[in-house]
Amino acid sequence: MTEDAAKEKIAPYTLNFGPQHPAAHGVLRLILEMDGEIVDRADPHIGLLHRGTEKLIEHKTYMQAVPYFDRLDYVCPMNQEHAFALATEKLLGITVPPRAQYIRVLFSELGRILNHILNITTYALDVGAITPSLWGFEEREIGMEFYERVCGARLHANYFRPGGVHQDMPKGLAEDIYAWADSVLEFVDDIETLLTANRIFKQRTVDIGVVSRKQALDWGFSGPMLRASGVPWDLRKSQPYECYADLDFDIPAGTTGDCYARYLVRIEEMRQSSKLMKQAIEKMPDGPVMVDDHKVTPPKRAEMKNSMEALIHHFKLYTEGYHVPAGETYMPIEAPKGEFGVYLVADGSNKPYRCFIRAPGFAHLQALDFMSKGHMLADTVAIIGSMDVVFGEIDR
Amino acid sequence: MSFLDKTARSFLLAELVKGFMLTFKYFFKPKVTLNYPFEKGPLSPRFRGEHALRRYPNGEERCIACKLCEAICPAQAITIEAEPRDDGSRRTTRYDIDMIKCIYCGLCQEACPVDAIVQGPNFEFATETREELYYNKEKLLDNGDRWEAQIAANIEADAEYR
Repeated sequence: MTEDAAKEKIAPYTLNFGPQHPAAHGVLRLILEMDGEIVDRADPHIGLLHRGTEKLIEHKTYMQAVPYFDRLDYVCPMNQEHAFALATEKLLGITVPPRAQYIRVLFSELGRILNHILNITTYALDVGAITPSLWGFEEREIGMEFYERVCGARLHANYFRPGGVHQDMPKGLAEDIYAWADSVLEFVDDIETLLTANRIFKQRTVDIGVVSRKQALDWGFSGPMLRASGVPWDLRKSQPYECYADLDFDIPAGTTGDCYARYLVRIEEMRQSSKLMKQAIEKMPDGPVMVDDHKVTPPKRAEMKNSMEALIHHFKLYTEGYHVPAGETYMPIEAPKGEFGVYLVADGSNKPYRCFIRAPGFAHLQALDFMSKGHMLADTVAIIGSMDVVFGEIDR
Repeated sequence: MSFLDKTARSFLLAELVKGFMLTFKYFFKPKVTLNYPFEKGPLSPRFRGEHALRRYPNGEERCIACKLCEAICPAQAITIEAEPRDDGSRRTTRYDIDMIKCIYCGLCQEACPVDAIVQGPNFEFATETREELYYNKEKLLDNGDRWEAQIAANIEADAEYR
């Protein structure tokens, strides 16, 4: 090789990462410009899971729109429904009965644990640990059985409706969830024994993908991504919705903002969620789980079969749906991944005029470029894992 | 002291040994795997699986072709055509569900005023071709006859919450 050729600048090697790569957590396609094994530039290409949810919702009544939210972030379906239900209720000007609020909080926190179990264990799988994901899916399966018992589906719940929740919890479910909320803590401890001090896990995560406090705020981070960078911001505390104001819980926050801090924040959030679930069950009052206004919520079946008026309401609701007064609202909730918001514009008809969905993963993914710059290719995998991206909500 | 402690732990692979001990402990825990086609996980009475059209105990089909399920279906998977029958009662002449479009949200069974269309407990209806998943009325009624005992038991069990 001549001396000139050696001095010549080598063009960056372009690497196509995904969309079939198992570590891409779905259908992420990354164009990586590599300088040797160092990432120069990471360009995420999204849209492979685009289903046009926002547009479809414009053609569905409010009741029909709920199942679409299950399919956004399919790892914690009920949390997404929650945002839509709250937004619709805000426009309708109704308040959900207290029992329904506690059931919603209970299942939102269950969803948070399920989400973090999936994220932490697959994240560990990405950086080389197989055991956590084998154990984690077992624990997650138990949680999804609770979903199934309450709504009839393990994933696509269609349970939180505008006006309350679809059906009351069956007998015995609250006790079983209470017992699980205790036993899941043992599982979290086991995962911590495997990972927290493990040198291989720490070598792969500590000081990888560092996000400073300022960067996190500038890039619109939310959820564990923001908290790991040292901003204790949580919508459940800062602008409590439902009955979160009556419940006692802490917001974990990290200091370093690296992948390891994000892991630790999620672990602690699971403990807090377990605490919240137990409180929700203890404080749960008796009573109805749906607003008693049959212009909005369908009457009970027995009533529908015996009363002409209820039957008319039933037919009206399942064909035309209910009309929501004109107006617009933005309702954010603290989803496991961050701030999940629904911006709803109603024009007084039975269908939303516009339903914009703010997905936390979308804001996080745009930061992938600066987070992985200067790191090795394998670290990009660790960063994607710590971001907790799910393409259902990013591509929508 | 902390430095010594840390170094000693590091050299003795303390955290790795602890991790291995834990995995070893799991060896003796009861197995959680199910021998699937022979063993199945529990299902609640609310489970939303394969659709079925039910009949009254006297053999008369329940569906009165009110088309509420067709109207509420978010995926527009249901197609119904209806005509008065010879005896003057209104019944469907066509009741198709496109099981590929269906999103199993359960709104059809909620909407049905006569408990005719239900989502039964069956989840094992995978087929080799798409065509087999375009269910017609005959297939749905057949499902209803096959699963009636369990469907009726489930509705009974869940009645107080409906």
